[in-house]
Amino acid sequence: MAENLSENPRRSEPAELPAAVAAPRSRRTVQLVWLIPLIAALVGGWLAIRSVLDRGPVITISFKTAEGLEAGKSKLKFKDVDIGQVSRVVLAPDLSSVIVTAELVKGSDTHLHEDTQFWVVRPRISGGSVSGIGTLLSGAYIGVGIGKSKEARSEFTGLEVPPIFSTDAAGREFVLHSPDLGSLDYGSPVFFRRLQVGQITGYDLDKNGKGVTLRVFVNAPYDQYVSSNTRFWHASGVDLSLNASGITLDTQSMVSILLGGLAFQTPTSSSPLPPAAPNAVFQLFANRVEAMKHPDTIVDRFTMIFTESLRGLVPGAVVDFRGIAVGEVVSINTRFDPVKGTITLPVEINYFPERFTAREAAGPRTGRAARDPKAMTNMLVGRGLRAQLRTGNLLTGQLYIALDVFPDAPKAKIDWSTTPPEFPTVVGSLQDLQNSLTSIARKLDKMDFEGIGANLQQTLKTATKMMTALDTSVTELTPETKAVIVEARRTLDSADRALASDSPLLQDSRAMMSEIARAARAFRILADYLEQHPEALISGKKEENK
Amino acid sequence: MTAPVTAASLGLLGCHVCGQLSRGAAHSHDACCPRCGAPLHSRKPDSIARTWALLIAAMILYIPANLLPMMYTSSLFGSQADTIMSGVVYFWTSGSWYLALIIFFASILVPLLKMAVLLFLLVSVQMRSHWQPVQRARLYRLVEVIGRWSMLDVYVVAMIVSLVQLKALATILPGPGAMAFGAVVVLTIFAAMAFDPRLIWDPLEEERG
Repeated sequence: MAENLSENPRRSEPAELPAAVAAPRSRRTVQLVWLIPLIAALVGGWLAIRSVLDRGPVITISFKTAEGLEAGKSKLKFKDVDIGQVSRVVLAPDLSSVIVTAELVKGSDTHLHEDTQFWVVRPRISGGSVSGIGTLLSGAYIGVGIGKSKEARSEFTGLEVPPIFSTDAAGREFVLHSPDLGSLDYGSPVFFRRLQVGQITGYDLDKNGKGVTLRVFVNAPYDQYVSSNTRFWHASGVDLSLNASGITLDTQSMVSILLGGLAFQTPTSSSPLPPAAPNAVFQLFANRVEAMKHPDTIVDRFTMIFTESLRGLVPGAVVDFRGIAVGEVVSINTRFDPVKGTITLPVEINYFPERFTAREAAGPRTGRAARDPKAMTNMLVGRGLRAQLRTGNLLTGQLYIALDVFPDAPKAKIDWSTTPPEFPTVVGSLQDLQNSLTSIARKLDKMDFEGIGANLQQTLKTATKMMTALDTSVTELTPETKAVIVEARRTLDSADRALASDSPLLQDSRAMMSEIARAARAFRILADYLEQHPEALISGKKEENK
Repeated sequence: MTAPVTAASLGLLGCHVCGQLSRGAAHSHDACCPRCGAPLHSRKPDSIARTWALLIAAMILYIPANLLPMMYTSSLFGSQADTIMSGVVYFWTSGSWYLALIIFFASILVPLLKMAVLLFLLVSVQMRSHWQPVQRARLYRLVEVIGRWSMLDVYVVAMIVSLVQLKALATILPGPGAMAFGAVVVLTIFAAMAFDPRLIWDPLEEERG
């Protein structure tokens, strides 16, 4: 058939071929097929537009190290929601840091404030809390804390340590100054009436190296209890203090025992004040007692010169007036006087005059009691106000300085010419007793018992002579009187014998005198020892080291 | 020299479905097979226009197919989006250069070449070119054969997506790139089908006739 067709192309049209059936014409096909590229163009264009529109802001963050960060992989997360991705990690031109470029999702440019924080979330164990464990498997990511400032920004410096609380947490931050950090750390708790109400968010050594500045965050609603006169103190661990009043053990909670912490309270005595402003600055005290002390705004400084041993007196020891602590010892020094060749022990004290007025029933609660404090002090000293060392606690041997009136004390005056002024002192009670005993013993020692004995013997001899003379002259007297005189002479003879230098009586009395002298010496030693070891009264004498 | 006779020059139409040869009507466009009733035409209707439309659609979609992620992998270790090119780069840098080459040829180069060939064929047919008709016909055959192999990527993605569904541990989701890529492959296959290779020879026939 095919051969036939090819052989006879045009001449013989095969008549047996059926004619094609005419069909209705459809015109739609051309238009319909062009819908396909149209749809493709629409889809492609939409994707392109969306990718342009979806492109968020690009920011740079500088970190000290890029540990765990990978370009194209590490995410930026806010509240664990992805808000961007690290697109590039390069070194800073000066090689001091790493600059991370990140693309954020669309719309996040409204969150890029000046105080928006970035930090790398890595596994971290600190302050009793474990965080970022998930990053062990997933790799580090950059945490974001969105700030509140209105200033927009696109270049940031990342935090090296994650902030403890999220930036949007309600509450207020305060600044504390402390001489040292104690056992505090990031995240250490802050207690208010033993309730945990906040955390330490950061600390820094002061620029001059003389203290530590801490930042604490107190959560709402507890931040309203922080007013301008609130006191903060270390509740770090166990606070065992030993002072003139014995042993004090103070703790906040088990957590603070293990990890340290802070506590704050507002003194009840002071009138309520409005809550403190954010970032208000406070002093951080070492312990609660110190923190809650009445604030001493007026401080007078005096020197007290003691000659006795100051063992047991420490800086910080109390200066007491009849049981009221009115000051404290600041320093203990020694001073050599080249003219007199003596060594004295000047003790400097802080005296807080307000502590008198604060307890006055009437009158101002602060300030000085008298208009002219100098005249007042002079008058009091004139009446016998002196400083004296006293033993506060026999068990511990702690000393304190007592101010009291000694009407019999030798006249003295305050030496206002020196700085600080010199306050007169009297010797301590124990020292006084010791001194008197010593002087008694010394006087006893000086007594000339031998001379007395010799004199007595002389007198008796003279008496004997007189008696003999009397005897001869009285022989003419009545035999009774003679007999009496004979008797008397015999008596005097025996007395003479008794008082001879080798007589037992004289020897006994001499021995007795030396016994007394020895006893006095022993007492002096005892007094000396007691002064150095007052606890010996209770515990007995310690074994001497051989 | 006698030119070979063609059905078109004789006014004959062959049925594409049952093979019945019939004589065409005066207006050869609207005809039906007298035996099975299938539409008859001596050349594929609107072949060039349809091929153009499908080819342009494929070319448009080729761009998102390569730019958008093919696959989203999210696992315990984080989530990741991969485009075709990033997969090629990954395999290349991780040492499996043969895999990288396979993916590169099958998924990037072949669709591109296919579209280029179709474009060339269309342009040459429209310009009624006489140049190398045999080679062009060979090119067309190659495009038709190779076309379906480009779906390799789509198959792989479809398989992995259905296999790796471990919820919390690991999940793989197809990305918009996979859809676009699939569309590109399908559209180029359709474009190749819509193209009537007989058009390559028509200008030569007419010149002779």
